[in-house]
Amino acid sequence: MSAAIGNTIVSLPDQSTAQIPKRNYINNEHGLLSWLLTGDHKRIAILYLISITFFFFIGGAFAGLIRLELLTPQPDLVAADTYNKFFTMHGVIMVFLFLVPSVPATLGNFLIPIMLGAKDLAFPKINLLSWYLYLAGGGLTLGALVLGGVDTGWTFTTPLSTHYLNTHVITAATAIFIAGFSSIFTGLNFIVTIHRMRCPGMTWFRMPLFVWSHYAASLLMVLGTPVLAITLVLVALERLFGIGVFDPAKGGDPLLFQHLFWFYSHPAVYIMILPGMGVISEVISTFSRKRVFGYTAVAFSSVAIALFGFFVWEHHMFIMGVSNYSALVFSLLTMLVAVPSAIKIFNWAFTLQKGSITFETPMLYAFGFMGLFTIGGLTGVFLGSLGMDIHLTETYFIVAHFHFVMVGGMLMAFLAGVHFWWPKMTGRMYPESLSKLAAVTTFIGFNLTFLPQFILGYLGMPRRYHAYPAEFQVLNVLSTAGATVLGVGYMLPMLYLAWSLKYGAIAGNNPWQATGLEWQIQSPPLTENFIEIPIMDHEAYDYEWLENKTKKEVTTVG
Amino acid sequence: MDSALATTDHADVHAEHDHVALPQHRHHFETEEQQREAGSFGMWLFLLTEIMFFGGLFFAYLLYRNWYYPAFAAASNQLSVPLGAFNTVVLISSGFCMAVGVWAAEVRRKSLLVVMLVLTTFFGLIFLGVKYDEYHEKYELHHIPGDSFNISMFTNPAGYGIKEEPLAPDMAQKTQIFFFLYFAMTGMHAVHMIIGIVLLFWLTWRAHRGDFSSGYVAPIENFGLYWHFVDIVWLFLFPLLYLINRHPLH
Repeated sequence: MSAAIGNTIVSLPDQSTAQIPKRNYINNEHGLLSWLLTGDHKRIAILYLISITFFFFIGGAFAGLIRLELLTPQPDLVAADTYNKFFTMHGVIMVFLFLVPSVPATLGNFLIPIMLGAKDLAFPKINLLSWYLYLAGGGLTLGALVLGGVDTGWTFTTPLSTHYLNTHVITAATAIFIAGFSSIFTGLNFIVTIHRMRCPGMTWFRMPLFVWSHYAASLLMVLGTPVLAITLVLVALERLFGIGVFDPAKGGDPLLFQHLFWFYSHPAVYIMILPGMGVISEVISTFSRKRVFGYTAVAFSSVAIALFGFFVWEHHMFIMGVSNYSALVFSLLTMLVAVPSAIKIFNWAFTLQKGSITFETPMLYAFGFMGLFTIGGLTGVFLGSLGMDIHLTETYFIVAHFHFVMVGGMLMAFLAGVHFWWPKMTGRMYPESLSKLAAVTTFIGFNLTFLPQFILGYLGMPRRYHAYPAEFQVLNVLSTAGATVLGVGYMLPMLYLAWSLKYGAIAGNNPWQATGLEWQIQSPPLTENFIEIPIMDHEAYDYEWLENKTKKEVTTVG
Repeated sequence: MDSALATTDHADVHAEHDHVALPQHRHHFETEEQQREAGSFGMWLFLLTEIMFFGGLFFAYLLYRNWYYPAFAAASNQLSVPLGAFNTVVLISSGFCMAVGVWAAEVRRKSLLVVMLVLTTFFGLIFLGVKYDEYHEKYELHHIPGDSFNISMFTNPAGYGIKEEPLAPDMAQKTQIFFFLYFAMTGMHAVHMIIGIVLLFWLTWRAHRGDFSSGYVAPIENFGLYWHFVDIVWLFLFPLLYLINRHPLH
């Protein structure tokens, strides 16, 4: 492996003498109960990591089934309503059980207290409660699946979900209601921790950008999710008692549902992407050995995204018969959201400029993110334009756009983050060459899957049908082939990361020579993170400070 | 606020440490003050999520009231203002007792605190009792939205001895939307009260045990915030639901 590390910055301890620290959060206590009843944010992060990986692969299996059905134009694998259940479960699981908690509940949970110099999140018990709520939500979702599925699409659009379907809508809605509270509690915990638990000297503008982006995402979780909760309650009541709030026959308005739903679900895509942007800021800075260009602008752009994110929801409803004048306003606001996102991309690009760039795995994923997110974001501007939207909405163009942002963006960021902090979380390195292979495989597989879908959508292939005209087959075959490659790209990290738990090289405290507080403590960290509470006396991403510090330091390992 | 200075009462302990490890002090907070601030800040944030939660319903109310104003006015006039007003007074009294309770905890008067918590619970239960009575009346009049909903009182008010303009049948149907919102909003409010009363039992028991008599008042304060929030929701619900179009002097 040393050959692969050759011209990189990885600084591992001497492997013949290196040891995992005798005391750390993993071996501090033993037994299953010590995990299930833990208040330690790091252990809860690991619990979350295991559970969201489980749901990711279930959601992924449904994606595989969808692509398999779409391999041929004929409806030959499954019947239409089974296909509807496939894409509904894929959407529900991936959105609510994977994307929303992915980075915040795992990496955020693990890192935010350490990055702030605190011993734990403000409310450890609520943190644990949030994991149990997540499990309850996940369990109910699986319950809905086992009982026979639900076929509303992940959007639960009325009156389809309230009047025309006889599937397990209420079970699925309850599941999402509960999982929503899990996300509210995570967000609440983060906000309080960031406000009240920063160590001495840790001013707002010394916080890592990872923390800033989580702060913005938490605001969205806390303010948006309750609206989704009440909306789902109304859907359930409408189904159970026919109360009429979304029923035009009784004077209700089905569009009200969509307004309420998208009031959460549009900000929700920023809940999903913002933490990923935080990961990218850390990774880009570390592997180009430069302070993030325009730190303040990047920090405020996160908050700006959160703010604008609340005022664009109607762009999901342009063809639903909303007023033309409000559509104009929402179209304008939608384009404004592109500005803070672009600020981030440009600032990362300027961070790279004249940096000492090295190409470790997290950096490869981060490059993947920058390219794919840019395409995803720009196609979002297409969809935000009123004329284009009429042509493109409800086609595969939307599917491709959303997956470019969420899979190409967020999942790449998630994997970048998992690889980047894996040495910190487990004390061991992942195998570098294999993981680079996985990063490249994912990138190729992703583009092969979703680029054809832009063309399909532009040519007019509608989404959510299990059959299509024969002339679309070539592009669909390409897409399915890509999905297979993508699947391999996701299996690889799971296998070699599991392998590395036992056989990976010992990482040492700071294998990347990164500046964050989390890299100045042992890996894996102590239960209370720090031996004594640190005092922050320098800016974030200060590589000179790190150099001076390591110069004086006598490194003893083991 | 004063109780943050609790440590000054024990000068000897105070001299030893910067911060004192009281039994309620959690290990991951640097100081007890930090713990207190984090707790109350968390509570305020939670109340913010609650506002958003009710916000969805208020938004639906705003929309439908604008669309179906005659139905909303007619249906609202069938709610009992005396009962609603009585409940408002009851709830304000309950909130007053809670406020006195927080003060009693801060000045460490245990028995006063227990009495105030019991009174808070008592007024809360009265409120729910009156609410039950109102719901029951609506049930008997078939004014609960759903299959058994009956609009005849609004199409033919004279038949019920009510001096109102009759509504056209399609507008009278819209009273169902009003009653749905009435039940959803007051019901959600009642659920919050029930949760609050369960918590009150637990807090009363702890107060009786003396948990809050030594300067540790965070649970009482935070619960107080919650209880006042529930009160305030009612202060919006009462005029919005009961007083849409009343003209007592006509």
